[in-house]
Amino acid sequence: MTGPSGSATSAAAGARPSPALDIAREVRAGSMSAAEVVEKYLGAIDEVDGELHAFVTVLHDSACREAEVIDRRVAAGEDPGPLAGVPVALKDNMCTRGIPTTCSSRILDGWRPPYDATVVERLRAAGAVVIGKTNLDEFAMGSSTENSAFGPTHNPHDPTRVPGGSSGGSAAAVAAGLAPLALGSDTGGSIRQPAALCGVVGMKPTYGTVSRYGLVAFASSLDQIGPLTTTVTESAVVFDVIGGQDPLDSTCLERPVPRTVSALADGVEGLRVGLVTELVDGVDAAVEARVRDAAEVLVAAGAHVESVSIPEFRHGLPAYYVVAPAEASSNLSRYDGVRYGLRVEADTAEAMNAATRAAGFGPEVKRRIMLGTYALSAGYYDAYYGQAQKVRTLIIDALAVAYQRFDVLLGATTPTTAFAIGAKVDDPWAMYLSDVCTVPSNLAGHPAISIPFGADGSGLPVGVQVLAPALGEPVMFQVAAVLETRAPVLAPPQVHAP
Amino acid sequence: MPGDPAAAEPKSGEARLTRDDAAYVARLARIDLTDDELDLYALQLAAVIGHAAEIAALDTDGVEPTAHPLPLRNVTRADEPRPSLDRAEVLAQAPAVEDGRFRVPPILGEAL
Repeated sequence: MTGPSGSATSAAAGARPSPALDIAREVRAGSMSAAEVVEKYLGAIDEVDGELHAFVTVLHDSACREAEVIDRRVAAGEDPGPLAGVPVALKDNMCTRGIPTTCSSRILDGWRPPYDATVVERLRAAGAVVIGKTNLDEFAMGSSTENSAFGPTHNPHDPTRVPGGSSGGSAAAVAAGLAPLALGSDTGGSIRQPAALCGVVGMKPTYGTVSRYGLVAFASSLDQIGPLTTTVTESAVVFDVIGGQDPLDSTCLERPVPRTVSALADGVEGLRVGLVTELVDGVDAAVEARVRDAAEVLVAAGAHVESVSIPEFRHGLPAYYVVAPAEASSNLSRYDGVRYGLRVEADTAEAMNAATRAAGFGPEVKRRIMLGTYALSAGYYDAYYGQAQKVRTLIIDALAVAYQRFDVLLGATTPTTAFAIGAKVDDPWAMYLSDVCTVPSNLAGHPAISIPFGADGSGLPVGVQVLAPALGEPVMFQVAAVLETRAPVLAPPQVHAP
Repeated sequence: MPGDPAAAEPKSGEARLTRDDAAYVARLARIDLTDDELDLYALQLAAVIGHAAEIAALDTDGVEPTAHPLPLRNVTRADEPRPSLDRAEVLAQAPAVEDGRFRVPPILGEAL
């Protein structure tokens, strides 16, 4: 499936601007300095992020210092790497040594991590410059970035609408040209859903291919870090940079992570694509129409496309909303007012813990901790958590059957385009439905990518999703690259870098 | 799939949670909640649990549970001393420290 190919990067880049790779090429060649690049992006953030609120921390000083180091290395004849001088925005649930890491929560008020996340080290080792930390739903719990202690992020295509979430700040930053690339984390769709709503490429890797060391834990059996980019090629380049085993994360896969960039130009001739009924029926008509257009594009490019029903996907959302809160209620027990962040004083340790957590967590985090605690409590464990784990098996088995017939699966990323800020904040289940198309890949630990594919009648971006089996990133990128070259061109966002 | 009418089993709203149920869960979770919050979460939890009831009713006899997508095994490294995080840097993040340790209120309350 992934034949040898030497010149994938140039072939897939096509006519689309590829800001991150354009920067890296010029900085490596010495025709542009990393300092100029960083200055330009910092200026853009200063000018328009007041309207978007994509960033919670902008690193003016350290980004300039990092850029100068890159420029000195280039001047000395060294190659800083494939992301030389590329500014990167990090979702603010990834640890950065000495730099505030908030998870958009008051409970981490004032915390400066004593170490960098592995992905941050790998990006810097490839020449990237950390330009800022982006807004998210508190502890990555949400689908709109409205659950941030610092206020919502706005969608660059329509600032009255949400950017999606929880990696909404990262998606908005890339869409508006405030960062050429960003990292997000995806527990139930938190990279792919905001990517779809903001019109950028968002990719969740196979569980275990990217180290979670330094990613603040939400639901450890589901969380994965991945890139948000303008192009599919950039997504593959970043995945190749950040992937790979890490002795600091014992859940990393031991086998080598597949290299993906070399697969990008292989096309889809003869590939078998399953159009998943459950990821098409019932989504908004405009979204469904774009997904069917995407299927036609693949047929025209030589793929065999056939509908396939995976009824087990219908159980994905309720299973996810038991498993993820259960794991979260355990993971978030560490915020106890003892070692870092906020403390509300009280006479006993238990009273201090409970008062600190009441003051430090926002409503959605409290709701999820309550839900998870309930699902794990005596008398309910088997009925909810135990049953959700079995549903997870049913979904994995159903996908295994589907992948006997198909190389990849295709569907919508989200049931709707971007919704109005405030529209769903009072109805948790209505908000949770935003994740209905993305959670199966997390429950199975499989990779999936959202590619911008046109717009609805109001000009709001639509994302189509390509799903692949575990370690199927090469074929997933192969299909995504073909879709990208034939995707309808999206109008520029209303709010963007000058 | 959204708004799927196919599920035959209990729908949203059928699960019932009282303020006392919510207070019990909040105590387990170590979060002080006001009565208003307890009432709100009792309603909202019941709604979400109503959806979880859709899967609670599935026949899963003989299905093995999946706790994790990977077959995990314990990982150990060579037992060689090496530097850990800097103690002063770590303690500098804490709300209260004393003699190089984290300081907390009495954990046994009035028993002390």
